[in-house]
Amino acid sequence: MTSPTASVIPEVSVEEAHAAVAGGKPWQRWVLLAVGLLVALALPWVIYPPVAMDIAAWALFAVALDILLGYTGLLSFGHAAFWGGSAYMTGVIAVHVGVPFPLAILGGAVFAMLLALPIGYLSVRRSGIYFAMVTLAFAQMVYFVAYQWQDVTGGENGLQAVPKSFFGVDLVETDSFYFYYAAIPIIMLGMWAAWRIVHSPFGRVLVAIRDNAPRARALGYDVERYKVMAFVLSAGLAGLAGGVFAISHGFVALPALDWTTSGKVVLVTVLGGIGTLWGGIVGAIVIVVMEDQLASAGFEGIGIISGTVFILVVLLFRRGLWGTVRHYWIRWQGRRASRAA
Amino acid sequence: MSALIQYTVQGLAAGSFYALAALGLAIIFGVLGVVNFAHGAFYMLGAVSAAVLLDTLGLGLWAALAVVPVLMFLFGVLVERLLVQWLLPLDPLYNFLLTFGLTLLLVDLIKRRYGVSGLPYERPGLLQGRFELFGIGLPKYQIFVLVFSVVICALVWLLMTRTRIGMIVRASTEKPDLARALGINVGRWVTPVFGFGVALAGLAGVLAAPFRAITAEMGSNFIIILFAVVVIGGLGSIFGAVVGGFLVGLVEAFGQAYAPTYAQILIFALMAVVVLLRPAGLFGREEAA
Repeated sequence: MTSPTASVIPEVSVEEAHAAVAGGKPWQRWVLLAVGLLVALALPWVIYPPVAMDIAAWALFAVALDILLGYTGLLSFGHAAFWGGSAYMTGVIAVHVGVPFPLAILGGAVFAMLLALPIGYLSVRRSGIYFAMVTLAFAQMVYFVAYQWQDVTGGENGLQAVPKSFFGVDLVETDSFYFYYAAIPIIMLGMWAAWRIVHSPFGRVLVAIRDNAPRARALGYDVERYKVMAFVLSAGLAGLAGGVFAISHGFVALPALDWTTSGKVVLVTVLGGIGTLWGGIVGAIVIVVMEDQLASAGFEGIGIISGTVFILVVLLFRRGLWGTVRHYWIRWQGRRASRAA
Repeated sequence: MSALIQYTVQGLAAGSFYALAALGLAIIFGVLGVVNFAHGAFYMLGAVSAAVLLDTLGLGLWAALAVVPVLMFLFGVLVERLLVQWLLPLDPLYNFLLTFGLTLLLVDLIKRRYGVSGLPYERPGLLQGRFELFGIGLPKYQIFVLVFSVVICALVWLLMTRTRIGMIVRASTEKPDLARALGINVGRWVTPVFGFGVALAGLAGVLAAPFRAITAEMGSNFIIILFAVVVIGGLGSIFGAVVGGFLVGLVEAFGQAYAPTYAQILIFALMAVVVLLRPAGLFGREEAA
């Protein structure tokens, strides 16, 4: 039933597709960047700092997924393996080696990439819906390994008391405000890397593969290799995000590896807008704040809300929040240009 | 030797659930091109319905085996008409995401209504105890599940290969354009086929009710194993789904017996090997990439 042209990318005009790859006009890019920076720096003043940190981590996680979903056309439903895998590795390094936390997170991200190599190599043998199922199953395998390997992961108890040591300073629980500023550069570095990946010649090849894999192959690109590289890079960024999440919370538990986590990041990405990068940030703000509000209101069964949101977004709102804004912005610009001409 | 037979029966019984549910998944995928993520949730709903029917109306397992699939068929028809049909012209990933959202919704609704602890379910007296075969005691219920599911799979097989409806469904699956050109209204079969697949998941759930803990989460792990089953068997293949189901059940049972730490991991290792050696699955056809 799938044709090579069927795509998970919502129906977009040529201008929108161009804007997604080229990143808009230079002044627009700088304005967006300035606004983004401002939001990132102001966030812990507006929102309870640990929640702000969650938003930042989930935003990078969603952006990492969007490299695959929006720019390579692969829906990974197993990204919890890299988020959670890195979270565990970060925690283990921080607990046992005691290095400053950015180094522990780096170690976690490298581990996530190493984990992604075999999983990606096997998964890219299938595309479309099969890819989603195979990645999902492999992520569940990682979950069971963590569940059984209690000496290292703590099994069902999780990994407790992960320190926040920062070059000689130990940031304790109460210092979450300062921890945010210590950790946000890592998130920003990840965002910058994602932006570079998508807007590089490598990124153009990924988009070519997304839009027409047989043609990319005919042009001489090794499609599978590019997919594996995109998968590993995306996993590395997801790992950065997972590492920050682990240090921020001070513990790592099995839900980090659960498939509901893989599903949640897909929801964040789709709600924000597939193939927009910025959408991941918007989606993370909405979802994390919503879950925090529901949880503090004592509402049990967040899945009822997030499931309904998922269904409505997929049925009625496939462009997502950022994608919709971009759609109308570009239409408005096009009208203005044609009126001026 | 007796241990070997016990584990084999246990594995085939566990595989019965996978086979029945995977059969529904494969039929839905064949005709609609939809991978139904909510299949695990429908399995859970089947088990919960059986428990609720017993609790409120006093309907036992035998009645539930007849009533619940009908209820699940109607529920499936409702889901297809209200939700799934709108996304059929789009990339199949959208329906995958839609049914994922539906899973979150259904699981937490059931959790809110019936709590997180399991619902009780008593198996009928006829199926309690053990069954002696060549001096080996085998749980009667396992034998029943196995026989029942093999019979259902065989009936579905006959339906698909020997009847006009089956031929139409298979033609719509394999060559939808050609089937249309021959004057078959392919679209008319979409809704009942979806309902039928959901009914099979519900049936597997009823069978599991006296056997497994009935909780809102019981489908969460089930659906992932189900995906491994259809990847191993080949998603396009109805036969592959059934064989894959029993195979995974056996791997699970023998894994639990001889290497309990690795039982779950073994299933995914098997999947990895199949993906590596035969990407289309054991009984699947190569897709054009």
